[in-house]
Amino acid sequence: MASAVLLLFFWSYIKAQKFLSVILSLVGLGISIWLFSAVYDGGMLVTQSGNWSAPFGISFVADTFAVTMVLLAAIAGFAVSVFATVSMNKARLQFGFFPMLHFLIMGLQGAFLTGDIFNLYVWFEVIIISSFVLITIGGKKAQLEGAIKYVALNLLASIFFLIGIAFLYGLTGSLNMADLALKVQEIENKGLINVTASLFLVAFGIKSAVFPLYFWLPASYHTPPPAVAAIFGGLLTKVGVYAMVRTFTLIFVGDDFLSLVLSVMAALTILSGALGAMVHQHLGKIFGYLIICHIGFMMAGIGMMTELAIVGTVFYLVHDIIVKTNLFMVSGIILKINGTQNIKELGGMYKNYPLLSLLLAIPLFSLVGIPPLSGFWAKLFFIQGGLESGEYILITFIVLGSFLTLWVIAKVWVEVFWKKGVNLPKKAIGRYFHELRQREKWVLLLPIVFLSIISLYIGLGAENIISLSQRIASELMNPAAYIENVMSQNQIEL
Amino acid sequence: MELLLIFIIGLLHAAGIYMLLRRSMFKMIIGLILLGNGVNLLIFLLGRLVKGKPPVIDEASKVFTEIYADPVPQALILTAIVIGFGLQSFAIILIKRVYKVLETDDLDELNSTDEEI
Repeated sequence: MASAVLLLFFWSYIKAQKFLSVILSLVGLGISIWLFSAVYDGGMLVTQSGNWSAPFGISFVADTFAVTMVLLAAIAGFAVSVFATVSMNKARLQFGFFPMLHFLIMGLQGAFLTGDIFNLYVWFEVIIISSFVLITIGGKKAQLEGAIKYVALNLLASIFFLIGIAFLYGLTGSLNMADLALKVQEIENKGLINVTASLFLVAFGIKSAVFPLYFWLPASYHTPPPAVAAIFGGLLTKVGVYAMVRTFTLIFVGDDFLSLVLSVMAALTILSGALGAMVHQHLGKIFGYLIICHIGFMMAGIGMMTELAIVGTVFYLVHDIIVKTNLFMVSGIILKINGTQNIKELGGMYKNYPLLSLLLAIPLFSLVGIPPLSGFWAKLFFIQGGLESGEYILITFIVLGSFLTLWVIAKVWVEVFWKKGVNLPKKAIGRYFHELRQREKWVLLLPIVFLSIISLYIGLGAENIISLSQRIASELMNPAAYIENVMSQNQIEL
Repeated sequence: MELLLIFIIGLLHAAGIYMLLRRSMFKMIIGLILLGNGVNLLIFLLGRLVKGKPPVIDEASKVFTEIYADPVPQALILTAIVIGFGLQSFAIILIKRVYKVLETDDLDELNSTDEEI
C-alpha cells in the first residue's frame, strides 16, 4: 500500500514534462487522500517489505501522524509543481527540475512512512541528494555559494545520524523503531542512551535548522528560484522536526536532561530567528529567518512533552507546511512583478494590484496567527501546554516570538504593499508578470489560491484539525499501540 | 583487533574533523570522506567482531547454536558506502564548479550570500 504511493513517483523519471508532472502530482495527491482516509477510518496500517516479519524486515508504518504528513507533502508538491511550470526558466527545466522534485517528494513520503531507523537514514539521503540538485540547478554565483554551505552541513548531519544509528545498534541490536522503543527501556546505561539521543538531536537539528546549527539556512534558502525555495521552506526543515517528534516520543522517552536541552534550544531558536528576520531587507532572507523562528515553536512543543503541547506541535506543523510553501511562492510573485525582493525598493503593490494583494495577505497574516487564521490555534495550545507544565520562561519566548513575527510581517506589508511605489529599473529576470499571457498568470496564481484556501480552512474549520492533532498526539504519547501493530503478525501483504 | 580498530576510528575522526576545520573547500571534502569512513568502521566495530563464524545454520539444526558474525552491520556499511560515494562524487563536482565560477578555494571568501542584494 505504501509502495503504491512511492512507486508512483518513479514514473515521472522517464518523461520530464510539465504536463505529466502536474498530472502525476495530482494522482499522488489523490492516493495520499485515499491513504489518509483509509488510516483515519480504519486505524494504523503496517506492511513489511521483503516478507520478513518485524523486527527483522523493514517495516513501513502508516499511522495517523505519518499519513497526515504524507498528505501535506503531496499538497505542497502539487502546488509547487503547478507553480514551477510557469515560474521556472527553460534551462532549469531541461536539467531535470521535475524529476528531481518528484524524487524529493518520494523521499519525503518514504521518510514519513518508514518504521525503521536505518531506512529513515536512506530516505534522508534520497531527500538530500535531490535537494542538492535542486539547489544547484541553474548555477549562478550566489546560488553555488549557498549550495556549498548547504551540501557541507547536510553531509555532516548525515554522518552524525549514522554515528547515532551505530551506537543504537551496538546497544540494542535492532533497527526497527518499535522494537527499539521496547529495548531502549531495558538498558541500564542511561548515560550512553543520552549520548546517542544527543547525536540524533544534532543530526535532526542541523536538518531542521535549530538554534546553534541554523547558519546554513539563511545563507542558502534565498538563493535558488522561488519554486525550489517554496518546497525547501515548506517541507525540508519539517522532515527534521518530524524525525525529532518520532524519535523523542517513541525511542528516547521522558528524560529530564533531554527535555531541558530541547526547551533551551527552542527558546534560543525562536529568539534568533525572529531577530534575524527583523534586520534583513531581502524578502527571501526574512522568510528564511521566520522559518527558523517557527521551527523554534515546534521544538518548544517537543520540549514540554505534554500531550497538549504535542497537539500544538502537530497543529503547527500542518499549518506551517502550507503557509511557508505559500509564502515563498508569494515572494516569487513579488519578484515576478517587480524584479527585486528588497523591501526597501519595493512598494505600491496594493495600489497597482489590489485584489492580488488581498490574496497575498492571507498567507502573510495566517503566519502571524491573527485569529481566526490558522497560526493562532497552535499557539493557543503551546501556551495552554506550557501553563499546564509550568514552563513560564518558554511561554514568554513563544509570545515574544509571535510579537516579533507580527512586527516583521507588518513591516513587510507596509513596505511592499502600502508604501508609495517607485518605478524600478528593469532587470534581466526573464519575463515580468505583466508580460505573461493571461493563462500563465492564472497558472502562477492558482497554487497560491489553492494553498490559501487550505490555510483558511485550517483556521476557520480548526475543530477538525484540532481533533486530528489530538488524535495524533494521543497516539504519539501512548506508543504501545504503535509497537503492538508493528510487531503483530496479521498485516497486509503487498 | 578491537583495540586496533578503535585507534583507527579515532584517528580517522580526528583527521576528518581537522580537515573540516581548514579553510580550503577541497580539504573540507577530504575531511568529510575521512569522517564517513571512520563512521563505517564504527558501525562495524559496534556490531561486535566475531572471527571465522559465518552466519550459516548447520543442516542438522534449525537455529543458531553458537555465536555467529552478525551480517546486519555489514549490510548497513555497504549501504552507507554506496550512498556516501554518490554524495561525495556530487560534492566534488560541485566544488569543481564553484571553483570555476568563483575562482577561489577559500571558504572565507564565500560571503556574497550574506550581503544585502
